[in-house]
Amino acid sequence: MNCKNAIQQITGYLDGNLDEDLKRTLEVHLNGCHHCKAVFDTTRKTVDLYCDGKLFPLPSKVRERLHDALRAKCEAQSK
Amino acid sequence: MAHSPDTGLVKDESVLVTEAKAGSYAAFEELVNRYEKKIYRLGLNLTGNPEDAEDVLQETFLKAFEHLPTFREDSRFYTWIVRIAINQGLMKLRKRRSSKEVQIEDSSNDDGDIIPREFADWRPNPEQELERTELEAILQNAANSLPMTFRTVFFLRDVEGLSTEETAEMLNLSEGAVKARLFRARLRLREELSKTLKIKKDS
Repeated sequence: MNCKNAIQQITGYLDGNLDEDLKRTLEVHLNGCHHCKAVFDTTRKTVDLYCDGKLFPLPSKVRERLHDALRAKCEAQSK
Repeated sequence: MAHSPDTGLVKDESVLVTEAKAGSYAAFEELVNRYEKKIYRLGLNLTGNPEDAEDVLQETFLKAFEHLPTFREDSRFYTWIVRIAINQGLMKLRKRRSSKEVQIEDSSNDDGDIIPREFADWRPNPEQELERTELEAILQNAANSLPMTFRTVFFLRDVEGLSTEETAEMLNLSEGAVKARLFRARLRLREELSKTLKIKKDS
């Protein structure tokens, strides 16, 4: 397997969708290729960072305004 | 997350939907509590600015409240509101585009192979080393550099956890197109983030 082929498998690998043979071949390549290993590791890290639940918190004022708007709508509808 | 007082268990989403449909505002509010953070973050990720994200958040739940009686429950409630949020977010972007800048369409050179150019390792824990707001700005800048369809696919699949099939249906794309865009989006984001998060040899 060369680097180009390895990179093509990145999505399947990170999502755990590769069949065992392909996964093993890919891992052999990754163990011997620092460049591809770095690309795979940092791509996984990319996904992890965007999924970090501590980032982009909902500000309490924004939350308050949402619930006020919903309650107003609910009351208007029940009249 | 609220617990039902008698059992202490978290209520099942479908139970809450049924109760909300029957007119329980408390049940609807519980659904809002469950997903408001995620919808806000999605709005922020799609539009790239806090004012638009707040509008997306409000409009999504106001519309969900209004249209709840017609929600057929053939998808998860969460998938249903994500669909509303995506539509609201895209509307925001179109409005901004017609008023000025913002590129929504794919740029022409996106069909070529993605060739990684950055091979350096990253600092191991940027989320601990950087201020939260600093890291958020880095992530947002990288996301804003992607064409809209790539960004949308990435956030739906990788952050919201929708399946390829759900994402394809929501964006009117083939499953193959979703997979191809996810591949490109991940690599392009990685490339962008590498510029700031890599370990610099001379430092």
